[in-house]
Amino acid sequence: MANTGNGGAPLIEMRDVGKQFGSVIALQGITMKVNAGEVLALLGDNGAGKSTLIKTLSGVHTPTQGNILVEGKSVKFTNPRHALDAGIATVYQDLAMVPLMSITRNFFMGREPSSGFGPFKSIDIGFADRVAKEEMGKIGIDVRDPTQAVGTLSGGERQCVAIARAVYFGAKVLILDEPTSALGVKQASVVLRYIAKAKARGLGVIFITHNVHHAYPVADKFLLLNRGRSLGYFDKAEVSREQVLEMMAGGKELDELTAELEEFARADEGTGGLEAGAAAEAAMADELRQESERVHQHPD
Amino acid sequence: MGDGLMTDQAAATASPPPQAGGDERLKQTSRTKKLMSRPELGAVAGTILVFIFFAIVAGDSGMFSALGIVNFLEVAAQLGILAIAVSLLMIGGEFDLSLGSMIGAAGVLVAIPAVELGWPIWLSIFFAFAVALVVGYINGIITVRTGLPSFIVTLAFLFILRGLTIGFTRLITGRTQVSGLHDLSEGDWLAPIFNGEVLGFVFFWLADMGMIDTLRDGVTPRVQGIPMSVVWFLVLGAIATWVLLRTSFGNWIFAVGGDKNSARNVGVPVTRVKVILFMCTAAAATLFAVIQVLDAGSADTNRGLLKEFEAIIAAVIGGCLLTGGYGSAIGAMFGAIIFGVVQQGIFYTGVNTDWFKVFLGVMLLIAVLFNNYIRRRMTESK
Repeated sequence: MANTGNGGAPLIEMRDVGKQFGSVIALQGITMKVNAGEVLALLGDNGAGKSTLIKTLSGVHTPTQGNILVEGKSVKFTNPRHALDAGIATVYQDLAMVPLMSITRNFFMGREPSSGFGPFKSIDIGFADRVAKEEMGKIGIDVRDPTQAVGTLSGGERQCVAIARAVYFGAKVLILDEPTSALGVKQASVVLRYIAKAKARGLGVIFITHNVHHAYPVADKFLLLNRGRSLGYFDKAEVSREQVLEMMAGGKELDELTAELEEFARADEGTGGLEAGAAAEAAMADELRQESERVHQHPD
Repeated sequence: MGDGLMTDQAAATASPPPQAGGDERLKQTSRTKKLMSRPELGAVAGTILVFIFFAIVAGDSGMFSALGIVNFLEVAAQLGILAIAVSLLMIGGEFDLSLGSMIGAAGVLVAIPAVELGWPIWLSIFFAFAVALVVGYINGIITVRTGLPSFIVTLAFLFILRGLTIGFTRLITGRTQVSGLHDLSEGDWLAPIFNGEVLGFVFFWLADMGMIDTLRDGVTPRVQGIPMSVVWFLVLGAIATWVLLRTSFGNWIFAVGGDKNSARNVGVPVTRVKVILFMCTAAAATLFAVIQVLDAGSADTNRGLLKEFEAIIAAVIGGCLLTGGYGSAIGAMFGAIIFGVVQQGIFYTGVNTDWFKVFLGVMLLIAVLFNNYIRRRMTESK
């Protein structure tokens, strides 16, 4: 992307960061940086160290080696509050939303805008409703009625409320933990569109996912993790979607699985029994094969 | 994608907003919808229904005379004081089954120091409130710290408190009732706040105009004012509603009841909120006890029996969900009014009052079904 690097220090930078839990090395030698207006996709399979990495960035864990720099200054976060104060907001998968409460009330939960003094302090509801509506509008979601319950929103929209809330309360770097994993295709694209908007507004975004197809369109940089180590840190220009896929080893394993399932299907045909089960498995193998082919040939 | 969203919304309102005129209509639809989704809707509708019903059935029986009205208002107000506190606690996601026992305990806590130890009434009232706040604190801290359901924790305290109340009272006085408070509360500066009447001059004026019944002397009205319990009921209801809807603390009540982990993640002090709610409930029970004890002039260790359930029923009729996170104090007030009207109304119609309990159960069932439907509608995504 064109707007990589804006001359100033990166919003957030990791230099050779590692984290050890006792004798277990959870993270080792991680180096990366995120500039303003840049999206870093953090890719990796389950157990690759993605969670440890974001928890290190968000102040839940303190790194045991290396340095984290925020806008060029070395920092040591010892709790999530520190990271938040430095403008690093993490939006976790569970979102910290209460479905029965209104969009406005969720938006300002724990940080209600008050007016008045002493015991007569009250929430400035008009202001809160207006801000919630505006902030949602900025990300392209038209909230007709900010007093409607969050429970009536779709998963993607809820994710957007959580992100908009983080941005409104001063986040400069957004860490999004698997924001699209629980969503359908349409919903995921709502969130992806918002990530692009946040980037356009000059925020740094770290986008954790195991879905290359979600990451590739919006990301400027890729950090691939495997078993706690960096498999590579690439600019989008240096690497193709296929290469990323290949490195994640997702392609290879999917192939193996398909082959195995075909094996099962053949074995069941041979015995002739359990027709229903065999048919179902054959269908599943078929589907997986198609999926695998699609992934390899037509990555879109 | 964004377009898909728009069509969804348009479909939901059944009229696509093409231009300014359409927009106006849209606003109205949402206002009606907003009204429809208010938690107290059911209770308000129920109140209107029972009023109409008894106006037809018992309209000429004196139920709606000044005396009749004050009577059912007093019943409603006393229960309402409890129901308001209980509704906040339920919105905060907890129950307090020890409420009834707390009433019995508080009554005795006022009576014994005053009668046996010669404390002034105001001091023993303060004492009772102080003990209640401690009990509420213990209820709350055990519930939050252990993570056990408050249903179980406060059920334990239902028995513990009642047992302690009966045990100590019998130990100290040799009986389970303490009487003789009427004389002692005479002239006390604090007692009238709980046991007086207000706006007496209005009633005298109305009697003078011949608009309400008088005693045999022809001057003194039969009803000489609005009982203080009604004043407490209205004031507490207004405060609770304001806190709930217009303060940070109110937002936190909804948050801790709706999803306490989410609330904690965004920095809401969950433990503090819940403990304060338990303390408020215990204080409401004490207020109820003080009003009744000063009115009756005696304390009974069995006072408040089953009040915890009546308060929960009023709160549920008022729109509180049993699972927390949703409800209203105004709703609970209307729930209590339904309670008072029906309880007194059945008496005026001459129907055997046994049937009151049947009515209660049926009302509760209908209310829960209705609330459940509302909750499903609110948490279902499009």
